Amino acid sequence: MEKRSKLLEVKNLKQHFNIGRGRVVKAVDGLSFDIYEGEVLGLVGESGCGKSTTGRSIIGLYDATDGEVLFKGENVHAKKSRKEKLKFNRSMQMIFQDPYASLNPRMTVGDIIAEGIDIHGLATSKDERNNRVYDLLETVGLTKEHASRYPHEFSGGQRQRIGIARALAVEPDFIIADEPISALDVSIQAQVVNLMKQLQRDRSLTYLFIAHDLSMVKYISDRIGVMYQGHLVELCDADRLYENPMHAYTKSLLSAIPLPDPEHERTRKRIIYDRPTGGAVGKSSEDSSIPPLREIEPGHFVSMTDAELEAYQAQLV
Amino acid sequence: METILSVRDLTVAFHTYAGTVQAVRGVSFDLKKGETLAIVGESGSGKSVTSKAIMRLIPNPPGEITKGEIMFEGRDLVKLSDKEMQKVRGRDIAMIFQDPMTSLNPTMTIYKQIAEGLKRHQGLTGDDAKKRTLELLTLVGIPNPEARLKQYPHQLSGGMRQRIVIAIALACNPKVLIADEPTTALDVTIQAQILELLKDIQQKTGTAIIFITHDLGVVANMADRVAVMYAGKLIEKGTVDEIFYEPRHPYTWGLLGSMPRPSDDRSQDLPAIPGTPPNLLHPPVGDAFAPRNQYAMKIDFEKEPPFFPITDTHEAATWLLHPQAPYVEPPVAIRDLALKYRPDSTFAKSLLKGGLK
Ligand SMILES: Nc1ncnc2c1ncn2[C@@H]1O[C@H](COP(=O)(O)OP(=O)(O)OP(=O)(O)O)[C@@H](O)[C@H]1O
Ligand SMILES: Nc1ncnc2c1ncn2[C@@H]1O[C@H](COP(=O)(O)OP(=O)(O)OP(=O)(O)O)[C@@H](O)[C@H]1O
Ligand code: SF4
Ligand SMILES: [Mg+2]
Ligand SMILES: [Mg+2]
Repeated sequence: MEKRSKLLEVKNLKQHFNIGRGRVVKAVDGLSFDIYEGEVLGLVGESGCGKSTTGRSIIGLYDATDGEVLFKGENVHAKKSRKEKLKFNRSMQMIFQDPYASLNPRMTVGDIIAEGIDIHGLATSKDERNNRVYDLLETVGLTKEHASRYPHEFSGGQRQRIGIARALAVEPDFIIADEPISALDVSIQAQVVNLMKQLQRDRSLTYLFIAHDLSMVKYISDRIGVMYQGHLVELCDADRLYENPMHAYTKSLLSAIPLPDPEHERTRKRIIYDRPTGGAVGKSSEDSSIPPLREIEPGHFVSMTDAELEAYQAQLV
Repeated sequence: METILSVRDLTVAFHTYAGTVQAVRGVSFDLKKGETLAIVGESGSGKSVTSKAIMRLIPNPPGEITKGEIMFEGRDLVKLSDKEMQKVRGRDIAMIFQDPMTSLNPTMTIYKQIAEGLKRHQGLTGDDAKKRTLELLTLVGIPNPEARLKQYPHQLSGGMRQRIVIAIALACNPKVLIADEPTTALDVTIQAQILELLKDIQQKTGTAIIFITHDLGVVANMADRVAVMYAGKLIEKGTVDEIFYEPRHPYTWGLLGSMPRPSDDRSQDLPAIPGTPPNLLHPPVGDAFAPRNQYAMKIDFEKEPPFFPITDTHEAATWLLHPQAPYVEPPVAIRDLALKYRPDSTFAKSLLKGGLK
């Protein structure tokens, strides 16, 4: 894995929000991780731990408070010329959680999808533009007849497909998907996840896949990062994380997932996480008590203090 | 076990500008004392409308219970006057809604909201009401309840708020509790706490629960029995083990198969159900699932299948159970799960002709 090239490098990223009266929310507070070309990195954690903020900060929707994000070696947050910005916008796209809110209701589906093609001048004629739109619609399992219709005429799953087609239109290398399936129905979730996986394979895309449905994340991701209060507490190969979770928070998170299997549910034992003192307010307290990641076995990183290292090593199986 | 609530041929329609939406189309089931019945199905299948109909909370207009009965303690709730129904609601049958914020009043203290029901249904006031409120807050696991009495909903976390909603629902020891997606908006950790809480309360009070969700993990955890809903109808009913380990309806197969499991081979596609649910403005003729069903036969497009019994507790509405139906193998994922726990499962044998039985 170390041989693969890094597409994205996140270095000590901090994203704080001033919420008035001198109060600050440290939504993301010192994140470091890399995403390799062609991989799917899953990001999980409880509500409010900073997953969306991480995604939005990476794509440059916010000015980072501290740290840096390198995409293909270039700093995302650095001042760029208009041309550089356009190029960057083209290579990195985001799919949003809410398929209802993220599509302009007054535009036809065809125009929504073609917006990026127009902005980046990717088509030389009207015919070429339309043909690209039709191709994209077909890629995501819709038909060219859908191009002239409006978002409200589509179901949630179909709208999410339109969102995916829009993201693909500019031929990005990297897609940040922020809970792309949470708003969808069970039976439709599988359709969309299959589509995303297939596109990733066919077009060697790289994804940051944010979600709270842990089973789905495991299914789509190569590696998974577990976030807690603005920090990563564990980062590991997806299968390995489920097989041998090390951080107490990861253990508690995994043990809380109900599986569609009654026998398993009758015997499942939930592990309760002892929140470090400060609890939910820890975010706004001055020093965060979450130590940095350390590599405990190749490719498996756990947040720990020096003192805890030995105990963790004993846990390795 | 004694049946406490019996729904027969419940039919609910909404008259909209675009036409009549047949949201619930002849639903029948029994709820027994102390049990948890889960109703599962995809979005728009009529789960919420069914539960609102039991509470007689269907907005009229545009909605209307056009047919059927809801028998509770010898009375048909459909026929009760609004005033009689008000006494049933909250006291005998209570409901927890999906979004805790919309079911709490943001301008009222926690104490006022709980005490309201106590006063209305049990005539409790003053110290008695306060004592009972503290009891309820303790029951739902709110630490330091005394301090919470004067707080407002926005001062509590999502999980705490949902506990308050549960406390309000439990205020009068209802015999039936309807929980409509009570944990869908919550984190897995908080969800686990709420589910444990509901089971604990059920043990202590013997309340029967109708649990509505589309999360099959939650169903496996909570349910004694399961009813699967599709396009306004129940299509399979059984014990939780029968539904997970010996499902018979192709839609149930699809639903179970599309849930990822940690043991899944990630190089394979998830088995998704193709297509989209039918439009209830014009429900299809025959089996509503037929257009999405790879096993569909000619008859499925013509005639609606009746329920075929499989065991005393298990029945499914699919023509595949007809004695003249052809051989059909359930999907591999479904068989594998069944065989893991039920080596003697009917799925172990090559299926008999019409022999899904
Ligand atoms: N623009 C903002 N201004 C102020 N605070 C914010 C802003 N955006 C996010 N936050 C806060 O930052 C924290 C992290 O929020 P974020 O949306 O990243 O969480 P999340 O992990 O995506 O949660 P969820 O699973 O609920 O989507 C929260 O406390 C949130 O209230
Ligand atoms: N007030 C209303 N007016 C018109 N149609 C309605 C109304 N309420 C519900 N419906 C329709 O009734 C059908 C069943 O809706 P219901 O809310 O019961 O679905 P559900 O199974 O609870 O779905 P979900 O999982 O999304 O909550 C849907 O087609 C819905 O559009
Ligand atoms: S009745 Fe027919 S269409 Fe309906 S589920 Fe059974 S086989 Fe499929
Ligand atoms: Mg988010
Ligand atoms: Mg509903």
